[in-house]
Amino acid sequence: MKEEQVFLTVGGEEDLFSRVRGMKEEGWRLAQVGATKTETAFEVNYSFDKDYRFHNIKIILPLQGAELKSISGIYWSAFLYENEISDLFGIAIKGIAVDYQGKFYRTSVKHPFGENK
Amino acid sequence: MTKRTIIPFGPQHPVLPEPVHLDLVVEDEKVMEAVPSVGFVHRGLEKLVEKKDFQEYVFVAERICGICSFIHGMTYSLGIEKLMKIEVPERASYLRVIWSELSRVHSHLLWLGLMADAFGFESLFMESWRIRELVLDIIEETTGGRVIFGSCKVGGVRKDVDNASLKAITVKLQDYVLRVRAIADVFLRDASVKHRLSGVGKLSREEAYTLGAVGPTARASGVAQDMRKLGYAAYPRMDFAPVVETAGDCYSRCSVRIREIFQSIDIIGQAAGSIPDGAIENKVSGFPDGEYFARTEQPRGEVVYYFKADGGKFLKRLRVRTPTFANIPALVKILPGHELADVPVLVLSIDPCISCTER
Amino acid sequence: MTASIIKNIFTAPATRRYPFVPRGYYKNTRGSVSIAVKDCIFCGMCQRKCPSAAITVDRAQKKWKISRHRCIACGYCVEICPKKCLSMDNRYAAPAVKKEEEVYGDA
Repeated sequence: MKEEQVFLTVGGEEDLFSRVRGMKEEGWRLAQVGATKTETAFEVNYSFDKDYRFHNIKIILPLQGAELKSISGIYWSAFLYENEISDLFGIAIKGIAVDYQGKFYRTSVKHPFGENK
Repeated sequence: MTKRTIIPFGPQHPVLPEPVHLDLVVEDEKVMEAVPSVGFVHRGLEKLVEKKDFQEYVFVAERICGICSFIHGMTYSLGIEKLMKIEVPERASYLRVIWSELSRVHSHLLWLGLMADAFGFESLFMESWRIRELVLDIIEETTGGRVIFGSCKVGGVRKDVDNASLKAITVKLQDYVLRVRAIADVFLRDASVKHRLSGVGKLSREEAYTLGAVGPTARASGVAQDMRKLGYAAYPRMDFAPVVETAGDCYSRCSVRIREIFQSIDIIGQAAGSIPDGAIENKVSGFPDGEYFARTEQPRGEVVYYFKADGGKFLKRLRVRTPTFANIPALVKILPGHELADVPVLVLSIDPCISCTER
Repeated sequence: MTASIIKNIFTAPATRRYPFVPRGYYKNTRGSVSIAVKDCIFCGMCQRKCPSAAITVDRAQKKWKISRHRCIACGYCVEICPKKCLSMDNRYAAPAVKKEEEVYGDA
């Protein structure tokens, strides 16, 4: 890909929210929200796209008791991604616009990507 | 005081092509709200990266979806090649473009057939799939498989196609253009088809952009975004422009896909005419390391692959965001206000591919 | 309407009259894997690389087994066999009613 990809890591939730709001005002489109589990932490990536430019904001959360506020108030379409993250990883996300409460993916193992797996 | 009932639609339903479940709140045959529910085909393919090493995983990536299978394998290979800084030979890039466009032609013909079936026009459905069989024969002749191509690998492609065959394929495709034009006339000009498609499922340009719709669903509402313009494989050397319509209803979504079939056949002709000679693969050595996002254009929209690797044989994390996942919020927004009989037409007009969505 | 009827009476059917008219396979079709077991050295590379674990190689007894139900005909084993004794046949494996493994071995 010949495009330029920008990776940015933010410190806390307030910083994340102000940046996401800024993205919405400048007219960026939410491309995806994804989570990764490393040995020491959870990382959640918020990816935005505008005019073929790609911007990625990452927030690091602790492995135990991770909590996040939903961005579906700003970008409504984020509710699908956040339900998937809370079902697969066990990260508690509060205030999702349409909340399936753990029944989005009905897997036989709860939180297959979460801690202790 | 009218009563509201909740009708569960899917996952098994005679008119529904994909196992998606919608809870429709209806009031006297008019849909008021819709709540989608996916998860019936969840196979946990993202967790398989921990068990299959990065070269073997191409086979799994291809099988995420049956219709867009080649482009999944190609996006995966593109991402790994970028992480490991491997150069792909020119001839392999051109072959990948030709196979991607063939994939797009067969996917849109499949969709046209399903759309005709959704509003009850069975003979048009059979006619579209008859043309699709001819395209699948071309694909089988060059790669060996009709639906799962098995021809992409990290570092290049696995099979070569000689130049004489490529010329023969271009000639055959020009013949098929006439047949596609004949069914396109029925889709776009027949009075009863127009009655079912025009004015149904309007999505304005602002809504399409803020809800994050991708692919033909967004392009039919005026958002001119086509990920092929990002410049991967041999696309920078092809001459094409995103196909855009402005009305935003089911008729424009149909029209966008039909025009894309003709555009793809044109791109195949360009690629086959200017393909260089050379090797088809480069050797792979070492292991991937780092983080990268790979984005390509599937027949249904933009697909985003996220790789995270740390130098071992297995990738740490692979995340696939498929286009139908991004189009579901748009579907939920266009359903209210329509009759119950229009629901299958609307669900099909965003081209759902639920096996991609749930990996 | 009459024009369609007359046209349909006098033109050939649109579908192939299978099984009386067999379907021709292309040269490149990935049908099933076949082995020339005389050249096989039983190194086990194909067993290690098979994505669906369809091949079992028994070095001690010199037997090569494949489970046709698991094989996805991807051709990876054909590519990496060091002795090139595996090849891709362009006819599909016959349907079977039981999940059995086919065994090839030296006498």
